[in-house]
Amino acid sequence: MTDALADRTEIRLAGEGGQGMILAGIILAEAASIYAGKNVVQSQSYGPEARGGASKSEVIISNGEIDHPEVIEADVLVALSREAYHKFHKEVKPDGLLIVDADKVKEADDKAIRIPITHLAFETTGRQITANTVALGVLVGLTGIVSRQDIEKAVAARAPRGTEEMNRKALEAGFAAAAAVKR
Amino acid sequence: MTVQLMQGNEAIGWGAIAAGCRFYAGYPITPSTEIAEILSRELPKAGGKFIQMEDEIASMAAIIGARLGGLKSMTATSGPGFSLMQENIGYAAIAEIPCVVVDVQRLGPSTGQPTAPSQGDVMQARWGTHGDHPIIALAPISVRQAFDLTITAFDMAERYRTPVILLTDEVIGHMREPVELPDFSAIRTFEHEVTEPPEEYKAFRNTADGVPPLVPFGQGYRYHVTGLLHDEFGFPTQRMDEIDPWLERINTKLDKHLDEIALVAEDAQEGARVGLLSYGCTARAARHALKIARARGEKVDLLTLFTLWPFPEKQVEAFGERVDRVIVAEMNLGQLAYEVERVVGRKKVVRVTRANGEMVTPQMILDAMEG
Repeated sequence: MTDALADRTEIRLAGEGGQGMILAGIILAEAASIYAGKNVVQSQSYGPEARGGASKSEVIISNGEIDHPEVIEADVLVALSREAYHKFHKEVKPDGLLIVDADKVKEADDKAIRIPITHLAFETTGRQITANTVALGVLVGLTGIVSRQDIEKAVAARAPRGTEEMNRKALEAGFAAAAAVKR
Repeated sequence: MTVQLMQGNEAIGWGAIAAGCRFYAGYPITPSTEIAEILSRELPKAGGKFIQMEDEIASMAAIIGARLGGLKSMTATSGPGFSLMQENIGYAAIAEIPCVVVDVQRLGPSTGQPTAPSQGDVMQARWGTHGDHPIIALAPISVRQAFDLTITAFDMAERYRTPVILLTDEVIGHMREPVELPDFSAIRTFEHEVTEPPEEYKAFRNTADGVPPLVPFGQGYRYHVTGLLHDEFGFPTQRMDEIDPWLERINTKLDKHLDEIALVAEDAQEGARVGLLSYGCTARAARHALKIARARGEKVDLLTLFTLWPFPEKQVEAFGERVDRVIVAEMNLGQLAYEVERVVGRKKVVRVTRANGEMVTPQMILDAMEG
């Protein structure tokens, strides 16, 4: 039973409404469950607005049963906006991983990994909207929480028709940025 | 079927189709809207009808009418819409028309916080409509169970001729979990069978098991349907010799089948003196707390209620007798705790409550265990 609780990875993806963080959470959850065969719980919270406002998506991954369905103390936080960073950075485990969009969260604390995620998205695909896919590449590249193959499949399965190549490139840009950090 | 990542609300939609629901009328409201979305798409494919009504009052009326026309029917809503449905829920209860009402609870009262979870409609599910009446309310704790209990809700609605409330919450409704749904063709829900010829049929007969069969209109079986107190044919009556046996029957019919209706799960541990009791999304926090406590070497029991109404008195009473303290965790200010206190005694009950749109955490429950 101790193992069941220890085998629990809590990931929080946060940003502004419209940045696609909820979809990113769903894709990660699909990679971990449908493709990697693990147990997951994915949830989200957002305000009543259609765009803007704070938006967060949570994914809990385990090989065992998942009881409490929400993040208690995150192993990983990805923050794509200042508001998201300030709201959630204190709820990360001491040895947890904090990833921020370097251009949006300039005041992030020292342990944060700063990657210009939105800028990379625009540079790679010409569209900022692919920032959520870049973020997935960074997240999986740094954590290995699912295999590269599984996240690629999950992204491809969710990409709207005609955007598969764009999303593939965005994911690859995320992995490249993660590899650069590791070096 | 393959593994899919599915939302609780989607699972409810599929559960309805699997259960044989062929009519849905509703008015969209956060956080229940995905149920209407999926059924607007899938129900016509299954040969059913989907209607978006002008409001929740009309939605409730429509599903009552559809069932009288022979289709198993459902609506889904959240707190504010559930309030509007109450008058017609009472009508369905007194006219004994099977139907399923899904309430995906959000933070109230009033408009409250549309996207925030709550378990604040527990008492509304039981007493939201006026007068004494039978009602069943079921609360799932996972996406898969949302599917299963939707089927159970249809089965119980038919079997006991009563509205059944699927009392879920925003957490369960919106969370996604991997599920592998069973083959729908093997799923059956209760079907009414009538043995008497049309001229002898009484839709409100005082049968021994309390549940006379219901024949849909259009098959030559004639009866009257009203919200007034009525006789065995359904016609309004003021005769006490007709009213008393009928009132007795409808208000005791669920009691006769409590063992089948009261769905609970107990995770007992020898020698435990502390018991956790919870339901819906909060049961997940309770189970998490249980595992932490046991890992520390503490002994603790857990009783999870899937049936909230009629209240599983027998099971809760037995649970209360085994432990010194019962910790009741819920996302309201203690609605089900009232019932637990009534059954096990006030002094034994410790309430863990939260009604601000955030979930009860495992730590809050652990703190209560130590306190």
